[in-house]
Amino acid sequence: MAVLKDDTLPIRTSEDVVRVRKEVRVQAIAAGFGIVDQTKIITAASELARNTLDYGGGGTARLELVQNGARKGLRLTFEDKGPGIPDLQLALTDGYTTGGGLGLGLSGAKRLSNEFDIHSVVGEGTRITIARWK
Amino acid sequence: MDRIPILKLGRALLVTVQVDMHDRLAMALEEDLSEKIVATNARGVLIDISGLEIVDSFMGRMLDNIAAVSRLLDADTVVVGMRPAVAITLVELGLSLTGVKTALNVDRGMALIGTGFGAHDGADDDGVGSEDTDGRVEG
Ligand SMILES: Nc1ncnc2c1ncn2[C@@H]1O[C@H](COP(=O)(O)OP(=O)(O)O)[C@@H](O)[C@H]1O
Ligand SMILES: [Mg+2]
Repeated sequence: MAVLKDDTLPIRTSEDVVRVRKEVRVQAIAAGFGIVDQTKIITAASELARNTLDYGGGGTARLELVQNGARKGLRLTFEDKGPGIPDLQLALTDGYTTGGGLGLGLSGAKRLSNEFDIHSVVGEGTRITIARWK
Repeated sequence: MDRIPILKLGRALLVTVQVDMHDRLAMALEEDLSEKIVATNARGVLIDISGLEIVDSFMGRMLDNIAAVSRLLDADTVVVGMRPAVAITLVELGLSLTGVKTALNVDRGMALIGTGFGAHDGADDDGVGSEDTDGRVEG
């Protein structure tokens, strides 16, 4: 699998979350995504970027434009050195929130992606990778 | 600090969300709207999101909150102009926005609120063109 483009953006403020959305949109268009696929991956990115900010205490978003044979896709990695998630299954349950949210960010981002991988260690941080293919 | 403009349209308030709102702007909108509902005696709030390319759960919660607060202040909230791709994505996200009414455009949204135009309330009808008088009756 070839990586055609690879950028890492900081997530420190809510303006950074907006910037991540914009950049994901640019990459989704570059990947040839139609409007629905664009909307899904931007929405998933928005959820995860916000979690990185709100729960992870800030971190980074890595945006990779990837190609697998004839297929292009977008792989996004959100990483923080925050408190980590003690119970992943619980965190991925619709409606579960510790921050007064709707509890749909993680589970929703998973539904909106073709691939979803989460790695979290309490006291060390969280890394979530999603991918969506054209 | 930036603010999202709130226009008076008959007995409703119209908010057009065009920019990609960051959190502070969204919070300010919630506050501004509730104050303005009371100050203007508005019976409805129209939130035009046709310019929004996504609605995430943060924005969805904000729309739900605005609807809930408006309801307590005796005003209906109608979200208008949601893009089809946004609707599809919201459903998959798991957010069905059950607390808010939706309409395809501002005209239909106004009809839903049942504010009507002209007739009984001329003085309040600033910003409403006379071409908007046909076919918009409540019920
Ligand atoms: N990066 C993260 N670091 C630590 N905890 C997280 C992180 N992301 C999510 N969580 C936890 O998972 C829960 C569910 O997240 P989410 O589904 O996005 O819902 P919400 O953001 O509405 O709380 C959060 O309330 C939080 O407890
Ligand atoms: Mg979240």
